[in-house]
Amino acid sequence: MGQMIIRDFDIPANDFSVAGEASSTVRKLLSQLGVAPDRIKRTAIAMYEAEINAVIHGRGGKAHVEISGDKIIIEISDEGPGIEDLELAMQEGYSTATDSIREMGFGAGMGLPNIKKHADELVIKSEKDKGTVVTITVNF
Amino acid sequence: MKISEIATLLNAELYTVNHDTMTDIKSACSADLMSDVMAFSKENALLLTGLINPQVIRTAEMMDMKAIIFVRGKKPQEAMIELAEEKRIALMSTHYPLFEASGRLYQSGIRGHGF
Ligand SMILES: Nc1ncnc2c1ncn2[C@@H]1O[C@H](COP(=O)(O)OP(=O)(O)O)[C@@H](O)[C@H]1O
Ligand SMILES: [Mg+2]
Repeated sequence: MGQMIIRDFDIPANDFSVAGEASSTVRKLLSQLGVAPDRIKRTAIAMYEAEINAVIHGRGGKAHVEISGDKIIIEISDEGPGIEDLELAMQEGYSTATDSIREMGFGAGMGLPNIKKHADELVIKSEKDKGTVVTITVNF
Repeated sequence: MKISEIATLLNAELYTVNHDTMTDIKSACSADLMSDVMAFSKENALLLTGLINPQVIRTAEMMDMKAIIFVRGKKPQEAMIELAEEKRIALMSTHYPLFEASGRLYQSGIRGHGF
């Protein structure tokens, strides 16, 4: 893996059936590149949580992925309502998800803490009414 | 246990053909909340759930799971079966409720990893 591999994905809003496509594609790509299985799993879990968040909280968005020899950097961005209190949002169990999201199996308030647990680096930039950018780095 | 042995034990209908028939399943996770599966499950090859939507298959994929059992007789839609075939994840449906299905598997030696 000498060269950097770059991929961009759309994360459609309100289409719960395709949520996770981007994460699935990246997971497959890492596997083809021969990345260690535990690193792939960390990446897949962290990216999927962020992708789901963009769908259920951020009105959809984009994923920009850069893979180099020693790490993957995933940037998930949306132009949704933003996160007002990031410290609160990072707490286990905190969620503003609606009942309809819970009926789909999500909204336990474990997503952001779970991303933090699996990423080697996590940076969240968010502004109220402007959107959210979640940048996840996993070292190989 | 092999996927076919699990299907027999739970009297389950198997919907997929493109999965690893030789894989030896040793551990499982039972949950209706995919958030919990993502946050708490570790190295479990089998997911038992009463929830039925495409994200169940996505969650199983991200968690490296090999098979999903829908409980209480819930049947997956065609699109879900196609998605599972593509990801080589076995889909089954059993009439047993979640507790009963989990108990039968536990009795046969399947354990849970997580928490
Ligand atoms: N992309 C986002 N846009 C707006 N709000 C978000 C976003 N991601 C997370 N949040 C806020 O942070 C809370 C916690 O997120 P998370 O830990 O993933 O839990 P959950 O998704 O289960 O609610 C969410 O309920 C939501 O209020
Ligand atoms: Mg979340």
